[in-house]
Amino acid sequence: MIFLRQMPNFRVWKRTANASWSQAVSLSTWTAAHVGHCSVMTTYQEFIQQNEGRDGVRFSWNLWPSSRLEATRLVVPVSCLFTPLKERPDLPPVQYEPVLCSRANCKAVLNPLCQVDFRAKIWACNFCFQRNPFPPSYAGISEVNQPAELMPQFSTIEYIVQRGPTAPLIFLYVVDTCLEEEDLQALKESLQMSLSLLPPNALVGLITFGRMVQVHELSCEGIAKSYVFRGTKDLSSKQIQEMLGLTKPAASGQQGRPLAPQDAAASCRFLQPVQKVDMNLTDLLGELQSDPWPVPQGKRPLRSTGVALSVAVGLLEGTFPNTGARVMLFIGGPPTQGPGMVVGDELKTPIRSWHDIQKDNARHLKKATKYYEAMANRSAVNGHSIDIYACALDQTGLLEMKCLSNLTGGHIVMGDSFNTSLFKQTFQRVFSKDNNGDFRMAFGGVLEVKTTRELKVCGAIGPCVSLNSKGSCVSENEMGIGGTSQWKVCSINPSTTLGFYFEVVNQHNAPVPQGGRGAIQFVTQYQHSNTQRRIRVTTIARNWADAQSQIQHIESSFDQEAAAVLMARLGVFRAESEEGPDVLRWLDRQLIRLCQKFGQFNKDDPTSFRLSESLSLYPQFMFHLRRSPFLQVFNNSPDESSYYRHHFVRQDLTQSLIMIQPILYSYSFYGPPEPVLLDSSSILPDRILLMDTFFQLVIYHGETIAQWRKAGYQDMAEHEVFKLLLQAPLDDAQEILQTRFPMPRYIDTEHGGSQARFLLSKVNPSQTHNNLYAWGQETGAPILTDDVSLQVFMDHLKKLAVSSSA
Amino acid sequence: MNVNQHTPMASPYGQPQPGYTQPGYAPLDGGYPAPYAPYNGPASPYQPGAPPQGISGPARGPPTTGPPPISAPQQYNQYSHSQGDMQNGPPPMTQAQPRPPVSQPYNPGAMNMSGPHPTYPQHYGPPPTMQQVSNQMSGMQITSGPPTPAGPGYAPPHSSQPPVSTAYSAAPPPSYTQAPPPVSSAPTQPPPSGPAASQQYYGSPPPPSQQPFNSSLPPTSQQQFTSSSVPPPPSQQTLPPSSYSGPAPPAGQPPAPPVSQPQQSFPPSQPPFSSAPPPTSQPAFAPGPPPTAPGSFPPRAPPPSSQPGSYPPPTSAPSCQYPGPLPPQQQPPPSQPFPYHSGPPPPRAQMPPTSMAQSNHLPPGPQGPPGPPGPLQQPPSQPGMQTGYPPQQNGAFGQVRGPQPGYAGPYPGQPNYGAPAPAPAPAPPAQKRLDPDAIPSPQASDMPAVQKSRHRIDPDAIPSPIQVIEDDKAKSTEPFTTGVRGQAPPLVTTNFQVKDQGNASPRFVRCTAYNMPCTADMAKQSQVPLAAVVKPLATLPPDETPPYLVDHGEGGPIRCNRCKAYMCPYMQFIEGGRRFQCGFCSCVTEVPPHYFQHLDHTGKRVDCYDRPELSLGSYEFLATVDYCKNNKLPQPPAFIFLIDVSYNAVKSGMVSIVCQELKTLMDYLPRENPEMDSIVRVGFVTYNKVLHFYNVKSSLAQPQMLVVSDVSDMFVPLLDGFLVNVNESRLVIESLLDQIPEMFADTRETETVFGPVIQAGLEALKAADCAGKLFVFHTSLPIAEAPGKLKNREDKKLIGTDKEKSLFQPQVGFYNTLAKECVAQGCCVDLFLFPNQYVDVATLGVVPVSTGGSVYKYTYFQAQSDQERFLNDLRRDVQKPVGFDAVMRVRTSTGIRATDFFGSFFMSNTTDVELAGLDCDKAITVEFKHDDKLSEETGALMQCAVLYTSCSGQRRLRIHNMAVNCCSQLADLYRNCETDTIINFFSKYAFRGVLNNPTKAVRDTLVNQCAQILACYRKNCASPSSAGQLILPECMKLLPVYLNCVLKSDVLLPGADVSLDDRAYLRQLISCMDVTETHVFFYPRLLPLMKLESGSLPVAVRDSEERLSKGGVYLLETGLHLFLWVGASVQQELLLNIFGTPSFGQIDSSMTSLPVLDNPFSQRLREIIDSFRAQRSRYMKLMVVKQEDRAELIFRHFLVEDKSVSGGASYVDFLCHMHKEIRQLLS
Repeated sequence: MIFLRQMPNFRVWKRTANASWSQAVSLSTWTAAHVGHCSVMTTYQEFIQQNEGRDGVRFSWNLWPSSRLEATRLVVPVSCLFTPLKERPDLPPVQYEPVLCSRANCKAVLNPLCQVDFRAKIWACNFCFQRNPFPPSYAGISEVNQPAELMPQFSTIEYIVQRGPTAPLIFLYVVDTCLEEEDLQALKESLQMSLSLLPPNALVGLITFGRMVQVHELSCEGIAKSYVFRGTKDLSSKQIQEMLGLTKPAASGQQGRPLAPQDAAASCRFLQPVQKVDMNLTDLLGELQSDPWPVPQGKRPLRSTGVALSVAVGLLEGTFPNTGARVMLFIGGPPTQGPGMVVGDELKTPIRSWHDIQKDNARHLKKATKYYEAMANRSAVNGHSIDIYACALDQTGLLEMKCLSNLTGGHIVMGDSFNTSLFKQTFQRVFSKDNNGDFRMAFGGVLEVKTTRELKVCGAIGPCVSLNSKGSCVSENEMGIGGTSQWKVCSINPSTTLGFYFEVVNQHNAPVPQGGRGAIQFVTQYQHSNTQRRIRVTTIARNWADAQSQIQHIESSFDQEAAAVLMARLGVFRAESEEGPDVLRWLDRQLIRLCQKFGQFNKDDPTSFRLSESLSLYPQFMFHLRRSPFLQVFNNSPDESSYYRHHFVRQDLTQSLIMIQPILYSYSFYGPPEPVLLDSSSILPDRILLMDTFFQLVIYHGETIAQWRKAGYQDMAEHEVFKLLLQAPLDDAQEILQTRFPMPRYIDTEHGGSQARFLLSKVNPSQTHNNLYAWGQETGAPILTDDVSLQVFMDHLKKLAVSSSA
Repeated sequence: MNVNQHTPMASPYGQPQPGYTQPGYAPLDGGYPAPYAPYNGPASPYQPGAPPQGISGPARGPPTTGPPPISAPQQYNQYSHSQGDMQNGPPPMTQAQPRPPVSQPYNPGAMNMSGPHPTYPQHYGPPPTMQQVSNQMSGMQITSGPPTPAGPGYAPPHSSQPPVSTAYSAAPPPSYTQAPPPVSSAPTQPPPSGPAASQQYYGSPPPPSQQPFNSSLPPTSQQQFTSSSVPPPPSQQTLPPSSYSGPAPPAGQPPAPPVSQPQQSFPPSQPPFSSAPPPTSQPAFAPGPPPTAPGSFPPRAPPPSSQPGSYPPPTSAPSCQYPGPLPPQQQPPPSQPFPYHSGPPPPRAQMPPTSMAQSNHLPPGPQGPPGPPGPLQQPPSQPGMQTGYPPQQNGAFGQVRGPQPGYAGPYPGQPNYGAPAPAPAPAPPAQKRLDPDAIPSPQASDMPAVQKSRHRIDPDAIPSPIQVIEDDKAKSTEPFTTGVRGQAPPLVTTNFQVKDQGNASPRFVRCTAYNMPCTADMAKQSQVPLAAVVKPLATLPPDETPPYLVDHGEGGPIRCNRCKAYMCPYMQFIEGGRRFQCGFCSCVTEVPPHYFQHLDHTGKRVDCYDRPELSLGSYEFLATVDYCKNNKLPQPPAFIFLIDVSYNAVKSGMVSIVCQELKTLMDYLPRENPEMDSIVRVGFVTYNKVLHFYNVKSSLAQPQMLVVSDVSDMFVPLLDGFLVNVNESRLVIESLLDQIPEMFADTRETETVFGPVIQAGLEALKAADCAGKLFVFHTSLPIAEAPGKLKNREDKKLIGTDKEKSLFQPQVGFYNTLAKECVAQGCCVDLFLFPNQYVDVATLGVVPVSTGGSVYKYTYFQAQSDQERFLNDLRRDVQKPVGFDAVMRVRTSTGIRATDFFGSFFMSNTTDVELAGLDCDKAITVEFKHDDKLSEETGALMQCAVLYTSCSGQRRLRIHNMAVNCCSQLADLYRNCETDTIINFFSKYAFRGVLNNPTKAVRDTLVNQCAQILACYRKNCASPSSAGQLILPECMKLLPVYLNCVLKSDVLLPGADVSLDDRAYLRQLISCMDVTETHVFFYPRLLPLMKLESGSLPVAVRDSEERLSKGGVYLLETGLHLFLWVGASVQQELLLNIFGTPSFGQIDSSMTSLPVLDNPFSQRLREIIDSFRAQRSRYMKLMVVKQEDRAELIFRHFLVEDKSVSGGASYVDFLCHMHKEIRQLLS
């Protein structure tokens, strides 16, 4: 519950949390009929919540099988979701630096799990068992006078590093000018507005592009000056710097020399402190014309996104390597020329669809993807992140460009137009501040994982890139981005969550002593938005359990929500490189194996199949995951798929779960709003439904409600109650809208409305046109689909799980 | 003109050009304008006297800057180290450095002698030489060819010698008189008069003058000579023998014997001076001038004193002029005979070879041998030369610049004129001879003249351009009507009105021959080039109507079906008007119904006179969309200004001047209707190593600058807002132009690009899909990394070698390709260069030259002194009418065809001349060759059609028709030639030739062809006469003098300090000049300014130092340069009138414009200068040259009848040479 208190928007969180619980409840009742009841391990749930609240960690298993063999048999790997910068207003950072294990290849940070000899002033590293003397400053240490990092409640602690340069944040706007006048105007206003949100000492830069790419010089007076690059020519970083006259790059943070803002400003005419060029830039943005080159009939405007990015990356690379920087790319269409081109300028050639991709018919796909990947990697190396704000009715090439954000921790925002509140609010929210008045963003994060010797790390899935740091705790078995114990996360915000996958390497014949604990330490170094360098250290430990004898315990330590998300991340990660059906098959296989492992059943008797409560919701998550846009590309454009996946692999557990299985509330005259099953049977004429899929917020008015509304009852004094009913979901939706990033698409629809499809496509098609009459009309709305319903899915699952041949 | 001073500036950057510094001129404040730089070189020419170089070089190269004041003396030293002695004498004067060298060799000897002589006089004395020459040359005669009015013109020549006195004085036009006068003056009048004297001389004393020249001639002169000393006779004797032994002529003279001497004589040449000559000369002058002479010889003690005494002011000056060497020569004479002095003295030294030397020698004979070896050597060659032409070969051409040598040589030739034979009396006969063909000159009657002639060629006796010009003026009083086929128009120097009656006005088309030979054989035999100089968009005087615009409707202009010739007066309508027969190919074409018209009884269409295309030589058709690129009517053209903003450009002030000026120029963009706003759009770019484009869209509050650094792959960063309408964007443009100089005020960028700059303009025009013009303001060699990057390849060592031609060729092929692209887009490039050092004009000029653009060059540009010239050029260049995207095609009668084209254009095939831009100053020379026979009846027709886009964006065809006669007799051909046009052709031909041939070969070719032309005439047309006689066709009698000017041009015969850039610049410049411009360029106009009358210009004088009076002021213009030469002893009143200062010394020679004084003289003079400037396509900066000032060297370069420091022959020498060549051909 701590966690609940901490959350600023606790109502929402409460709701979502409630939602999952209520689902659990309702599902358990739902499944109870089939599976039967298991005792509820409330203790574990509390434990899990506590840990999440304190450390931002959710493990799939909270007891770890003590041998490799047992671990593999558990199907779901030992893994966790980790939110490195989880907001901890109650955790003031300490003003000193961490004490490190002196072993060269360990360097673990002193933590509460370490054994300390207060007399000898020695501590033993719990990862490598190295005995280390305390540094002189710890001379006064004693059992009653312990430093924070030794206290159990500080399993997560944050250090402020005093040395090293502090560089101002950098925001480089890369703006597409091939926009409709209205769109451009809106975008210009948003950009101008954003200037007031930036920290005054932050450096800003502006690059605009269309057919050409212009880098605007901000320091000039009188005449507006910009450097122009041809949109079709790929230039090396060095060429770009030469052409911009930056052959003497500014002192970089790497060189360890403090970089005074003034110096930086002088060295780079293109990046200037906001406070200095505020007016200039506002004017400049105000005068921004939409791309003046004529667009012939039947052509797309020529948009040199690739070169523009290349210039942006090259510019930052040359001037501020290893400094926190955000490249913010605003596009209103796909790149149509030059390197990174996604589609030709002929309108008659549509932009690639999944169909084209599957037929290997997307001409530019590979080349463009490769181009943007290379750029993303360059950018990541320098610690710069790239945001993409794509607003267009058609696709804009996110599929090809997604890696820019995925690898650098940047945002992707997709909308229909810059002139929508979706974009405006979302963009504004990028600059939101926390309670301390600091931006909710951090830069140049390096996340390192250390494990005790029984564990090795297989990889991570999230907005990061590998730093290729091989160490003793790196597994050869890669899952996600593996082969390293360090990852770079160029931009981190409080909700950025990575999935880490581990491998138990302890051999079966070398059992862990009873009561032994495995430990994992996450060391996150980053640049805080106030330009401080900080290190956050999270050390967690879990008990080892012998799968042979303690399988019940292990089962009850299963965090099905975390497991679902972690498995989903694996699936999504695979989907990036594998065919959709293969991924589904793999997921199904894992699910079946899990059910086989933990289900209670009689062979070949599906009806006898039971799952314990700790796993009871898992199949349902998998069912919805299979239907989700993360794995299903049908009805989604490649851009949308990329967009959804992008957010899925970076949001925290709660949000991820919502994405997998949207939440549905029902509003009626019959009682207070209640969460209901995400099922077609919940769609009733006299209800108002509010569905949150994370990406969309749908308010659906049932048939009767819709008619009433149309008749105008809400305006009649005597029907004020109706008015209140109508208002209730709107108010609730507003709350969600105001806190979520990116802002969801808000849809207000009704029975029979075209937008109702958003709802209909999500609910479990328990009633379809096939079985409609069997169920009777009163009970819900039929869905016109051939998709299998949860019922069918479960039936098959049970059958397969109990099958002796499986 | 820049001053050396600039050089210093240059240095900072890197290198002062060696050339400049070395010469030692650098030091002089007066710095030479880059172009002239070469002249500085004179030192080199003098080199023979190596001393000069050494001297100059070491001494003061660098220090220079301050020099002006001090310079005189010191410089002297430097220059004339040898002169050391001299100093005393010349102290006052500084100028003559150049000469010194020459003289030096002689000095030794000379010096000694000097005292005595007034060698000068000798020169004068030359008269003797003359005689000799005459003897030798006696054979030569210059006769005007075909009879014609020319007669009178000719007169002069004749007169010159024998008749001189009489003829001139009496009838001869002023010009003539003038010439003689000087001479006379010397003798007769006391030198004292000096300054003012000049005028007087001209006026009165003619007779005497002659005398001096021809020793024999007038009694007076003779007396002088004789009295003075024996020398004269000896000289005569010797001379003839020496070089011109050949010509028995010596007849009269005993000298014959000397013949043998010649060889000896040469060497002795010097001695002669010392020994005999001096005495002689002195004596001669004795009467008046003698004193001066002595004075002049600074070497000797006396000189100083003498000088002052005798010619106080003048002397000094003169001496200066010929600092070292000359002194001996005794410029003393200078005062009066300026010409003489100057010329002769130096020449002698070098010249000795030729006649002069000889003459002098003779006397020395005895002493002679010892003579200065240097000169002597040359003489040896002479032997060979004897033919009579020797002078040239010998150093004459090369070294000596002074008139003397020239005279000597030439004179010999003259005798011919004067008299066939040496005999004193010969004169009359000579005249007769002359007459036969052309000239029934008054001179003939003059007996005395005859006598003169014998002695040596009298410059006055050879064909005088001035005379010809004046004669033509006199006879062209009626408007010239073009209706008569084969009629040669008045000369370009004549003001006349034209009435178009069916052929194009000579302002549009001039032909070399108005009577073409019928057959290829004839043409080949005569070697007369058949060419036309077409200036399609020439500006007409206000009293002539511009071509009418004809609209034939949607079908476009009516054309011949086969050859596609446009409807013109040569089309013959037949079958009652239903068809017409093409005059060019004879094909019959149907007349379209809408064009049908009945014929009258003569077969003419009834509407003949209503339709310009049926009755006029020049008119325009409105073109239809079929005549447009891509079948789209053209967009309005655009002007793009591309301004170099590198360090040099900013520092020199160029950037701010340009920006400032553009603000006002925006209102003067070309338009057809003066009341409308121009539709030409404008765009701006600045650049150094990168390019900055400017968005000046009217909706912007401030201009925007777009920097393009990617010069390797140029593109245009914006479209909308780059090319704008001036009126709409005026405020933004002005703001931009205000800011540009500020923005780059502190620039440190010194590197520039060039190729990408043009590419940028080109791309901009492409993007806007229009034609247009780029104005590029550029300063330096483009060495920044970019396409078209160049390296400095100026290598003096290559000059004179077979590799020299490579220096004229573009360094890289890039610009050729670029030019081609520009032409395809209709992108014309005008280049304004402001170099401080080598910029490789040969390469940078490729694009302008190929696109019909112009190159302007302002070396060592300095805002203060060059601003005016630049701005006037810029204004004119921006404002002048221009057509774009032009294609010119010349169609001709069957039988001949246009085979070669010269000018600023590009040709992608053999018939179409493509001009991205064509303005009113551009001329194209077209050469025709026979491919079949022509008939005398139909004559030869040509139609020049130029398809272009007018500055109002209208697509038009301008048609010029020209019909000339055809002849089967060579004599007809020679009777209807136009020498000016021939020279235009020759110069373009030769200047293009240097691209592929060694310059020497090119020069030889020219000389050969010219000789063949004249020989052919002699052989086939002239009445029989002695082989030794030089007979020239009347129409071509100036061919030798003009040709010599071409040969001496910097391109073909560079002085040591003529920079490669200057040569390339001139070469390109000439290629698009019309006849008027080439004429004045090669033979500058030299006006005496002693008396000015409103309404008429004073009669010009010939371009020879001899014609300058020390007491006078002269104006010389070449179309590129404008000099005001001030004699050293000019009258105070004149100075007051012109400069407002009473003293010669206070004249500020750095002034570029005359003070505005409220007196009629000043007003008139400024009027004249203004009118000259108005006549030329480029603004001429006024340079004030004080006699004996250092800058005079530059000025002298334009005295083209004299020897040039770079080795060019004097007129007389060349004539002799030509005669020799002709004789060789004949024999």
